[in-house]
Amino acid sequence: MRNYEVTFIVDPILSGDDVKGTAQKYVDMLTAEKAGIVHINEIGLRQLAYPINKRQSGIYYCVEFEAVDGAFIGKVELALRRDEKILRYLTVSLDKFGAKYNADKRAGKIGVTKKKERKPEPEQRPERPARPERAPRPERPERTEAKVAEPVPVV
Amino acid sequence: MASKDDIKFLSNPSLGQNRKKYCRFQKFGIKYIDYKDENFLLQFINEQGKLLPRRITGNSLKYQRKVSVAVKRARHLAILPFVADLMK
Repeated sequence: MRNYEVTFIVDPILSGDDVKGTAQKYVDMLTAEKAGIVHINEIGLRQLAYPINKRQSGIYYCVEFEAVDGAFIGKVELALRRDEKILRYLTVSLDKFGAKYNADKRAGKIGVTKKKERKPEPEQRPERPARPERAPRPERPERTEAKVAEPVPVV
Repeated sequence: MASKDDIKFLSNPSLGQNRKKYCRFQKFGIKYIDYKDENFLLQFINEQGKLLPRRITGNSLKYQRKVSVAVKRARHLAILPFVADLMK
Protein backbone atom coordinates (compact mmCIF):
# COMPACT_ATOMS: atom_id res chain seq x y z
CA MET A 1 0.00 0.00 0.00
CA ARG A 2 1.26 3.44 -0.87
CA ASN A 3 0.00 6.71 0.48
CA TYR A 4 -0.88 9.65 -1.70
CA GLU A 5 -2.26 13.08 -1.14
CA VAL A 6 -4.08 15.26 -3.67
CA THR A 7 -4.58 18.95 -2.91
CA PHE A 8 -6.79 21.04 -5.15
CA ILE A 9 -8.19 24.55 -5.22
CA VAL A 10 -11.87 24.97 -6.08
CA ASP A 11 -13.22 28.14 -7.67
CA PRO A 12 -14.65 30.34 -4.88
CA ILE A 13 -17.38 31.79 -7.12
CA LEU A 14 -19.40 28.57 -6.90
CA SER A 15 -22.09 28.21 -4.27
CA GLY A 16 -21.39 26.20 -1.13
CA ASP A 17 -23.19 23.09 -2.37
CA ASP A 18 -21.43 23.26 -5.72
CA VAL A 19 -18.04 23.40 -4.04
CA LYS A 20 -18.89 20.42 -1.85
CA GLY A 21 -20.27 18.54 -4.85
CA THR A 22 -17.13 19.16 -6.88
CA ALA A 23 -14.91 17.93 -4.09
CA GLN A 24 -17.17 14.92 -3.52
CA LYS A 25 -16.99 14.06 -7.21
CA TYR A 26 -13.25 13.50 -7.01
CA VAL A 27 -13.51 11.63 -3.74
CA ASP A 28 -16.06 9.33 -5.40
CA MET A 29 -13.75 8.96 -8.37
CA LEU A 30 -10.96 7.81 -6.07
CA THR A 31 -13.17 5.33 -4.24
CA ALA A 32 -14.40 3.99 -7.58
CA GLU A 33 -10.75 3.17 -8.38
CA LYS A 34 -10.57 1.18 -5.13
CA ALA A 35 -8.44 3.72 -3.31
CA GLY A 36 -8.97 3.86 0.43
CA ILE A 37 -9.72 7.40 1.58
CA VAL A 38 -7.70 8.08 4.71
CA HIS A 39 -8.81 11.62 5.39
CA ILE A 40 -10.46 14.58 3.70
CA ASN A 41 -9.14 17.87 4.93
CA GLU A 42 -11.25 20.91 4.10
CA ILE A 43 -8.81 23.74 4.50
CA GLY A 44 -11.43 26.23 3.34
CA LEU A 45 -11.24 29.66 1.78
CA ARG A 46 -7.74 31.07 1.56
CA GLN A 47 -6.16 34.07 -0.06
CA LEU A 48 -4.04 33.04 -3.04
CA ALA A 49 -0.46 34.27 -3.04
CA TYR A 50 -0.93 35.36 -6.66
CA PRO A 51 -4.02 35.54 -8.87
CA ILE A 52 -4.98 32.41 -10.82
CA ASN A 53 -7.55 32.85 -13.61
CA LYS A 54 -8.29 36.30 -12.20
CA ARG A 55 -9.33 34.80 -8.85
CA GLN A 56 -7.78 36.22 -5.70
CA SER A 57 -8.90 33.44 -3.35
CA GLY A 58 -9.71 29.77 -3.52
CA ILE A 59 -11.19 26.92 -1.51
CA TYR A 60 -8.54 24.37 -0.62
CA TYR A 61 -9.19 20.68 -0.25
CA CYS A 62 -6.68 18.01 0.65
CA VAL A 63 -7.57 14.34 0.24
CA GLU A 64 -5.25 11.69 1.60
CA PHE A 65 -5.70 8.19 0.22
CA GLU A 66 -3.91 4.88 -0.05
CA ALA A 67 -3.76 2.55 -3.00
CA VAL A 68 -1.90 -0.53 -4.14
CA ASP A 69 -0.42 1.28 -7.12
CA GLY A 70 -0.82 4.73 -8.56
CA ALA A 71 -1.75 3.78 -12.11
CA PHE A 72 -5.18 5.44 -11.92
CA ILE A 73 -3.83 8.77 -10.66
CA GLY A 74 -3.16 9.97 -14.19
CA LYS A 75 -6.82 9.49 -14.96
CA VAL A 76 -7.93 11.51 -11.93
CA GLU A 77 -5.41 14.25 -12.73
CA LEU A 78 -6.70 14.48 -16.28
CA ALA A 79 -10.23 14.97 -14.95
CA LEU A 80 -8.97 17.65 -12.55
CA ARG A 81 -7.13 19.38 -15.35
CA ARG A 82 -10.19 19.43 -17.60
CA ASP A 83 -12.46 20.75 -14.88
CA GLU A 84 -12.90 24.51 -15.05
CA LYS A 85 -14.02 24.63 -11.43
CA ILE A 86 -10.57 23.49 -10.28
CA LEU A 87 -7.96 26.24 -10.27
CA ARG A 88 -4.96 24.09 -9.32
CA TYR A 89 -4.19 20.60 -8.14
CA LEU A 90 -1.15 18.76 -6.86
CA THR A 91 -0.78 15.04 -6.26
CA VAL A 92 2.04 13.94 -4.02
CA SER A 93 3.10 10.49 -2.90
CA LEU A 94 3.83 10.43 0.80
CA ASP A 95 6.74 8.58 2.29
CA LYS A 96 6.34 6.89 5.67
CA PHE A 97 7.28 10.11 7.46
CA GLY A 98 4.67 12.07 5.54
CA ALA A 99 1.94 9.55 6.36
CA LYS A 100 2.98 9.59 10.00
CA TYR A 101 3.08 13.39 10.04
CA ASN A 102 -0.48 13.59 8.71
CA ALA A 103 -1.72 10.98 11.19
CA ASP A 104 -0.05 12.81 14.06
CA LYS A 105 -1.42 16.12 12.91
CA ARG A 106 -4.94 14.73 12.81
CA ALA A 107 -4.45 13.36 16.31
CA GLY A 108 -3.40 16.86 17.38
CA LYS A 109 0.08 15.74 18.35
CA ILE A 110 2.03 17.84 15.90
CA GLY A 111 -0.17 20.84 15.33
CA VAL A 112 0.19 22.07 18.90
CA THR A 113 3.79 21.32 19.73
CA LYS A 114 5.34 22.30 16.46
CA LYS A 115 3.46 25.55 16.16
CA LYS A 116 4.75 26.63 19.54
CA GLU A 117 8.26 25.84 18.59
CA ARG A 118 7.95 27.06 15.02
CA LYS A 119 5.90 30.21 15.08
CA PRO A 120 7.93 32.46 17.39
CA GLU A 121 11.17 31.77 15.59
CA PRO A 122 10.86 34.23 12.70
CA GLU A 123 9.63 36.89 15.13
CA GLN A 124 12.45 36.34 17.57
CA ARG A 125 15.28 37.19 15.28
CA PRO A 126 14.72 40.92 14.69
CA GLU A 127 13.91 41.70 18.29
CA ARG A 128 16.64 39.64 19.87
CA PRO A 129 18.77 42.51 21.28
CA ALA A 130 15.95 43.78 23.50
CA ARG A 131 13.76 40.91 24.59
CA PRO A 132 13.44 40.73 28.33
CA GLU A 133 9.90 39.31 28.51
CA ARG A 134 8.25 36.42 26.73
CA ALA A 135 4.70 37.66 27.09
CA PRO A 136 3.64 37.65 23.38
CA ARG A 137 4.33 33.96 23.01
CA PRO A 138 0.95 32.45 23.98
CA GLU A 139 -0.96 34.94 21.82
CA ARG A 140 0.71 34.06 18.56
CA PRO A 141 -0.89 30.70 17.71
CA GLU A 142 -4.34 32.10 18.54
CA ARG A 143 -3.99 34.99 16.18
CA THR A 144 -2.99 32.86 13.20
CA GLU A 145 -5.75 30.36 13.91
CA ALA A 146 -8.35 33.09 14.07
CA LYS A 147 -7.12 34.38 10.73
CA VAL A 148 -7.58 31.03 9.07
CA ALA A 149 -10.91 30.29 10.75
CA GLU A 150 -12.53 33.62 9.93
CA PRO A 151 -13.05 33.33 6.17
CA VAL A 152 -14.77 29.95 6.39
CA PRO A 153 -18.27 31.21 7.31
CA VAL A 154 -18.11 33.65 4.37
CA VAL A 155 -18.31 30.70 1.98
CA MET B 1 39.09 50.29 41.28
CA ALA B 2 36.65 50.10 38.44
CA SER B 3 34.39 47.10 38.75
CA LYS B 4 33.16 45.11 35.77
CA ASP B 5 29.87 47.04 35.70
CA ASP B 6 31.65 50.35 35.30
CA ILE B 7 33.24 49.41 32.01
CA LYS B 8 31.19 50.74 29.12
CA PHE B 9 31.38 49.29 25.66
CA LEU B 10 30.62 51.16 22.49
CA SER B 11 28.85 48.08 21.14
CA ASN B 12 27.36 45.08 22.87
CA PRO B 13 30.30 42.66 23.36
CA SER B 14 28.05 39.61 23.16
CA LEU B 15 27.09 40.50 19.58
CA GLY B 16 30.47 39.52 18.21
CA GLN B 17 30.35 35.89 19.28
CA ASN B 18 28.03 34.31 16.79
CA ARG B 19 26.64 31.05 18.00
CA LYS B 20 27.06 27.88 16.03
CA LYS B 21 24.46 27.18 13.39
CA TYR B 22 22.70 23.85 13.37
CA CYS B 23 20.24 21.95 11.26
CA ARG B 24 16.93 22.25 13.07
CA PHE B 25 15.52 19.17 11.36
CA GLN B 26 18.26 16.95 12.70
CA LYS B 27 18.26 18.61 16.08
CA PHE B 28 14.49 18.38 16.66
CA GLY B 29 13.91 15.19 14.69
CA ILE B 30 11.59 16.66 12.05
CA LYS B 31 11.39 14.10 9.28
CA TYR B 32 8.71 15.54 7.02
CA ILE B 33 8.24 19.09 5.78
CA ASP B 34 4.63 19.96 5.05
CA TYR B 35 4.19 22.07 1.93
CA LYS B 36 0.82 23.32 3.23
CA ASP B 37 2.32 24.86 6.36
CA GLU B 38 2.91 28.40 5.17
CA ASN B 39 4.20 29.81 8.43
CA PHE B 40 6.83 27.14 8.76
CA LEU B 41 8.13 27.59 5.23
CA LEU B 42 8.33 31.37 5.71
CA GLN B 43 11.42 30.80 7.83
CA PHE B 44 13.34 29.56 4.80
CA ILE B 45 12.60 32.33 2.31
CA ASN B 46 13.60 35.95 2.17
CA GLU B 47 11.46 39.04 1.68
CA GLN B 48 11.30 38.54 -2.05
CA GLY B 49 10.12 34.97 -1.67
CA LYS B 50 13.45 33.44 -2.62
CA LEU B 51 14.89 30.42 -0.88
CA LEU B 52 17.54 31.25 1.70
CA PRO B 53 20.88 29.49 1.24
CA ARG B 54 22.08 26.79 3.60
CA ARG B 55 24.88 29.06 4.66
CA ILE B 56 22.30 31.24 6.41
CA THR B 57 19.73 28.74 7.65
CA GLY B 58 22.27 26.10 8.64
CA ASN B 59 20.20 23.25 7.18
CA SER B 60 21.94 20.05 6.25
CA LEU B 61 21.97 19.20 2.58
CA LYS B 62 19.41 16.43 2.97
CA TYR B 63 16.85 18.71 4.57
CA GLN B 64 17.67 21.73 2.43
CA ARG B 65 16.60 19.65 -0.56
CA LYS B 66 13.35 18.78 1.17
CA VAL B 67 12.75 22.41 2.09
CA SER B 68 13.30 23.46 -1.49
CA VAL B 69 10.83 20.86 -2.79
CA ALA B 70 8.25 21.90 -0.19
CA VAL B 71 8.60 25.58 -1.08
CA LYS B 72 8.22 24.81 -4.77
CA ARG B 73 5.08 22.79 -4.12
CA ALA B 74 3.69 25.60 -2.00
CA ARG B 75 4.36 28.05 -4.81
CA HIS B 76 2.49 25.90 -7.29
CA LEU B 77 -0.54 25.85 -5.00
CA ALA B 78 -0.39 29.64 -4.45
CA ILE B 79 0.38 29.17 -0.76
CA LEU B 80 3.64 31.07 -1.26
CA PRO B 81 4.32 33.64 -4.00
CA PHE B 82 6.83 33.11 -6.78
CA VAL B 83 7.90 36.74 -6.53
CA ALA B 84 7.05 39.26 -3.84
CA ASP B 85 8.09 42.58 -2.38
CA LEU B 86 8.34 42.93 1.37
CA MET B 87 6.37 39.82 2.16
CA LYS B 88 7.54 39.69 5.75
